[in-house]
Amino acid sequence: MLSRVADSLYWMSRYLERAEHTSRIINVNLNLMLDQSPAAPSERWSRVLQALRADAPEAGEDDARGITHTLAFNAGNPSSVVSCIAAARENARQIREMISSEMWETINGLYLQVKRSRFDEVWETGAYPFFSQVIQGSTMFQGVTDSTMSRGEGWQFIQAGRYLERGILIVDQLDAYYEEFTPGTPAESLHENYLEWVGLLKSFTAFEAYCKTHGADPRHDHVIEFLLLDDHFPHSAHFSVKRLHGALEAINGFAGGRNSSELLRISGRVRSTLDYLDLPELLRGGLRPYLGQISRQHAQIHDIIHRVYLAYPVESAITWA
Amino acid sequence: MVGAAKAASAPFGQYTEVPGAYDEMFERPGAPRTHYRELHQRIRQLGAEELARRQQAADLSFLNQGITFTVYGKDEGAERIFPYDLLPRLITASEWAVIEKGLTQRITALNLFLRDIYGEGKIFRDGAAPRDLALSCKHFRREMRGVKAPRDIYITVAGTDLIRMPNGEFRVLEDNLRVPSGVSYMLTNRQVMKRVFPVVFTNYGVSSIEHYGQALLNALTALAPPHVHDPNIVLLTPGVYNSAYFEHTFLARLMGIELVEGRDLLTHDNTVYMRTTSGLKRVDVIYRRIDDDFLDPLTFRADSMLGVPGLFNAYRAGRVAIGNAIGAGVADDKAMYAYVPKIIRYYLGEDPILDNVDTYLCSDPKELKHTLANLDKLVVKAVGESGGYGMLIGPHSTAEQREEFRRRVEADPRNYIAQPTITLSTAPCFVDGAIEPRHVDLRPYILCGDKITIVPGGLTRVALRKGSLVVNSSQGGGSKDTWVLRE
Repeated sequence: MLSRVADSLYWMSRYLERAEHTSRIINVNLNLMLDQSPAAPSERWSRVLQALRADAPEAGEDDARGITHTLAFNAGNPSSVVSCIAAARENARQIREMISSEMWETINGLYLQVKRSRFDEVWETGAYPFFSQVIQGSTMFQGVTDSTMSRGEGWQFIQAGRYLERGILIVDQLDAYYEEFTPGTPAESLHENYLEWVGLLKSFTAFEAYCKTHGADPRHDHVIEFLLLDDHFPHSAHFSVKRLHGALEAINGFAGGRNSSELLRISGRVRSTLDYLDLPELLRGGLRPYLGQISRQHAQIHDIIHRVYLAYPVESAITWA
Repeated sequence: MVGAAKAASAPFGQYTEVPGAYDEMFERPGAPRTHYRELHQRIRQLGAEELARRQQAADLSFLNQGITFTVYGKDEGAERIFPYDLLPRLITASEWAVIEKGLTQRITALNLFLRDIYGEGKIFRDGAAPRDLALSCKHFRREMRGVKAPRDIYITVAGTDLIRMPNGEFRVLEDNLRVPSGVSYMLTNRQVMKRVFPVVFTNYGVSSIEHYGQALLNALTALAPPHVHDPNIVLLTPGVYNSAYFEHTFLARLMGIELVEGRDLLTHDNTVYMRTTSGLKRVDVIYRRIDDDFLDPLTFRADSMLGVPGLFNAYRAGRVAIGNAIGAGVADDKAMYAYVPKIIRYYLGEDPILDNVDTYLCSDPKELKHTLANLDKLVVKAVGESGGYGMLIGPHSTAEQREEFRRRVEADPRNYIAQPTITLSTAPCFVDGAIEPRHVDLRPYILCGDKITIVPGGLTRVALRKGSLVVNSSQGGGSKDTWVLRE
């Protein structure tokens, strides 16, 4: 497969995952504002910005409206929802022949819908339908991809892009909530921050699944265990990195000839860290260093994918040619 | 009431032949030529409503398949379907035999001409063609002097535009030897036609064009270095923003070869590679759909983002083949065109089978004077342009436009030629619910590899605007399927 094609598939998928997650986190937090809660809204929004690694908007723009605009509609922000969807669609357009017509129609339809939307109108009428539409479009695209695309190398690059992005988003958001994980007893934390925990879970569509596992009483150690280590839930870091590692192994099988041992070693290491992590030990030692390490390893994996498959220097390849 | 309804659906009810034009279907009003009779009858049986229904089905099929092209200038790269006319254009076996022989002769001679002018230049020494005119052509490439094209094949694909004169004779209007496009429409028109008119199609005995992809692949394989057994052939496209991108993807799929952009390729040690996830893969033959200017920023335009740095050196070293050869455009220059009959006589010692259209070179003072005195009657064309741009059609022009062209021609006479305004032949077209005559031309595609292959057919381009003589897709042209009959 041409490196350019693989690159486009990978980025298309990453951008879409980010657009979906950003939409969900905004929706959840706009919704939380409707409930009285001890936490000040500004703290909550600054945590959202931190979770998405977004710069704080300028003074006067740092209310819910301004932040929603920055995160969702600002075309000058390359990570905003509209920018991500435009970039995902542009990547798809570059390789229109390599994806199914159904995939193209879905992503192009989503792009056109978003492009038609005006922020003022969206804000006036309540932003919920807009963001739901983005989430729906993205999940539809995944479904269409799963049901129309051959499970070849291209499909594996799509998986790699999605789960790499998802892993980063989960770890970054847990890191933004880090302070919440450190206070005294779980019971206190639960009482004071009930809405915050629910919000965190809902950002990953995890609330219902969490309740089925742990009941409706969110305890911070259970929440972190669920989002970080759960084996079966698709928006947990553990699940996500297993899929990432699997996709990279599959790509290695398709694309013989490139040396991917370092790549598989690192993705395998993240995977086994999460396979065998002991939660009490983790909480005793402090969560942050672990999160930092997993985040760095994700960045490394991205760099190596790039270096091994997508934009390698001639010298590294000439002996293989 | 019954009579009125019947008249409304009689598709040829309003058909009036254009005076002075050869009509492809009618010998004289109401009397179709022998080979058109069955088609004529079938269309009358179907009636206008049924035709409209089938036209809609055909349009929808093009749109759904994404068979579109991009229009420049208007709404930034809007995608349109290439308008498609439902009624096929018929060419008899004996007419085709002449066309095939004539084009084979012409392209053979032009290929020899290219080899000569980039090599010894004998034709100049012998005075059969002027050196200064050839060397001042926009598409002459100095860099190609002394470079031998693989197997002396300079033209892998040619698209030559033919028109039919009022007396029924075919003549060559121009050659396209750089990156001729449109063949995907020839092939998709046929696919749609088989679905729309299956019965007539079967009864007529139409020559097949299905082997075009295979023939093109063979022609490209012929360019590969002799020691390479299973050559890696790629199609080099400028990318998704190019107006012919659909055709590039179509042809790559048809031949089962990789569709690459300049950024997929790199050169190392005079070898061209494509970057794949499995590592670098050597490229042996490039079917390029990029103009010379943009192929290699190190040799040609330095600002080109579409090309491959170092490609020309690899080509010169014989490590990669490129079809069509760099610099082939000199032979389709509209001024060189006037010399093609001489070129045929010079290299082959034969008279041209297909004649040119009379052409006045404005670089010649006498012919310039004639041109300027007859701007209202002639067609004036800029020599380096294509696609129907930079053209004045005298009889359809305003006094202002003529003044504008007079200024331009006087400022740069070398850059202009003039030809008499020829009334192109007309063919019946289904326009707005009725059948009316529209002007057409014919572009067959000539493939040169081990031998010359011309698939029996071509793209019949239609000037869909009433009275218009411009058939280019960028100027409101459409197309129709072309049936070459087996006997």
